[in-house]
Amino acid sequence: MEPFANHTGIAVPLERSNVDTDQIIPAVYLKRITRTGFEDGLFAAWRNDPEFVLNREPFTGGTILIPGPDFGTGSSREHAVWALQNYGFKVVIGTRFGDIFRSNSGKAGLLVALVSEADRDALWEAIDADPNVPTTVDLPSQTITRGDLNVKFEIDAYTKHRLLNGLDDISMTLQHADEIAAFEATRPSFKPKTLPVRTAG
Amino acid sequence: MGKTLSEKVWDAHVVRSVQGEPDLLYIDLHLVHEVTSPQAFEGLRLAGRPVRRPDLTLATEDHNTPTLNILAPIADPVSKKQVDTLRSNAKDFGVRIHSLGDKDQGVVHIIGPQLGVTQPGMTIVCGDSHTSTHGAFGALAYGIGTSEVEHVLATQTLPQAKPKTMAVNINGELPDGVTAKDIVLALIAKVGTGGGQGYIVEYRGDTVENLSMEGRMTICNMSIEWGAKAGMMAPDETTFAYLKGRPHAPEGEDWDAAVEYWRTLKSDDDATFDVEVDIDASKLTPFVTWGTNPGHGVPLGATVPAPEDFESEVEQATAKRALEYMALTPGTPMRDIYVDTVFLGSCTNGRIEDLRLAASVLKGRKKADSIRMLVVPGSARVRLQAEAEGLDKVFLDFGAEWRAAGCSMCLGMNPDQLAPGERSASTSNRNFEGRQGKGGRTHLVSPAVAAATAITGHLSAPADL
Repeated sequence: MEPFANHTGIAVPLERSNVDTDQIIPAVYLKRITRTGFEDGLFAAWRNDPEFVLNREPFTGGTILIPGPDFGTGSSREHAVWALQNYGFKVVIGTRFGDIFRSNSGKAGLLVALVSEADRDALWEAIDADPNVPTTVDLPSQTITRGDLNVKFEIDAYTKHRLLNGLDDISMTLQHADEIAAFEATRPSFKPKTLPVRTAG
Repeated sequence: MGKTLSEKVWDAHVVRSVQGEPDLLYIDLHLVHEVTSPQAFEGLRLAGRPVRRPDLTLATEDHNTPTLNILAPIADPVSKKQVDTLRSNAKDFGVRIHSLGDKDQGVVHIIGPQLGVTQPGMTIVCGDSHTSTHGAFGALAYGIGTSEVEHVLATQTLPQAKPKTMAVNINGELPDGVTAKDIVLALIAKVGTGGGQGYIVEYRGDTVENLSMEGRMTICNMSIEWGAKAGMMAPDETTFAYLKGRPHAPEGEDWDAAVEYWRTLKSDDDATFDVEVDIDASKLTPFVTWGTNPGHGVPLGATVPAPEDFESEVEQATAKRALEYMALTPGTPMRDIYVDTVFLGSCTNGRIEDLRLAASVLKGRKKADSIRMLVVPGSARVRLQAEAEGLDKVFLDFGAEWRAAGCSMCLGMNPDQLAPGERSASTSNRNFEGRQGKGGRTHLVSPAVAAATAITGHLSAPADL
């Protein structure tokens, strides 16, 4: 994962609640076996609508998404995060997110910034007033700056640390392989194993 | 102070706990399917890492598989490649797989319990949000993304921040014709799609205790639809009876030791939850959804709501959009909504009891001419069991299509999809825009309502017949 310190770009208001991961990328687009190429499925049902925000300038080149509450609910598909990243998004700013989406974003390097409703509304209003002003998201200070507007965002300390340093979770965990092996040695014998195969015949 | 059920299971799986970091949890069972795993196996390959515990890993094909001609090569080359990739990954990494045509193939959340690899007190994960289903056994089970799938394959652990706890107390005798599906749809309508965010939920109370394992699974399955990290129920005699004799259930002394442990898996009397919610099951009626998220539920006897019925501006806008998408007018009785397709299946309602219930309603009746009905058993064994009981004949005589096992129209990834503008009554779990096919309109219902609707052509309960 690439380290993330700060990012400046065009912020895109997606003024809808409950944009679930099926809206972010429908199931028919999940068939690839790579982590790339999912941008064609991003918001697929809405992309043909010329009024859809991503079809309007300057938002076509947006890199910071500001959706309504409960963004990324539903299916666990990490493809939703990849689709946003493949399109070019680096940051999603909002008030409430689906748990799995938020976790997937942290693992894949997409910054999910939690703000208050008032601050989200202020950002939406500022974009409405002048969509061309760039927005800067700074992770170390947890601030979002857009012209005169300056708001704080929340992120859990562990995810922040991992994003700032671009740390790979698996190698971090494997540093504790001894502790994992010690735990394994204490597991009761009645816990099931999938091998050898036993079937009902 | 006592512990809740989820705290007991959590504490029993902590490999490492350090201030300022998430706990590192050991994972007892990792279920794998074709859609969310290829990039994870590829990651292992690139890093030269093995699967740490193939003997705690189980793969099957379900999301992207056809339900017709399942032994023929998959027609869509992209789908075929994804399924072939799972097969070669399973072979290369030594992971057990149940492929199409295998008697133990099926929707991943149906086959775990069926094989008896889902047991009380376990931690279970899968790259699928409906992993919460397994919580019905008193397991801590939740859906993960592909990066986490790779992490579990490599380490058999997951770093996880501890969620808060919530109790949903469900008490009272269920009225006739009201099922587990109606309970959970009513619950989500009450708490909203985000109501469970950040919580592990324990469903408890006499209504839950009186449900079969299959009904309990239906409720836990939909925990994610109101945002919960996981849903759990304390194991009891019903749980033990379900597991006894299953292929992977413990035997002999192991069984006795397991049951002794499983009996401790309940919230202590003095345990406290961060939040509690109460549901009076005796007041419930069949529930159906009108809109585009699972929180858009109303009693079947109610009418389509208006945007003004919602409090916040954002919710009003969402309701307005949902009404447009669903092509519904506020004030329309739900019973007056005609559908084109009835889908009976999915990890929510694709088990044998669901098929029996629907068949009991359909038997000797005639399908509405305008209706297409798909019956998709949750697993190959559910299909075999149904055929042994003659249920396939009931469905076929009625005019329904009798398909092979898989996720099918629940998510419309395979050819089983709604056409644009088509409307369904579906026993699945999500009524999102386009979920069952681009432009498709979904009403979530119980198997009983699905069956009655297939007879009348419009949303109906068996009592209406």
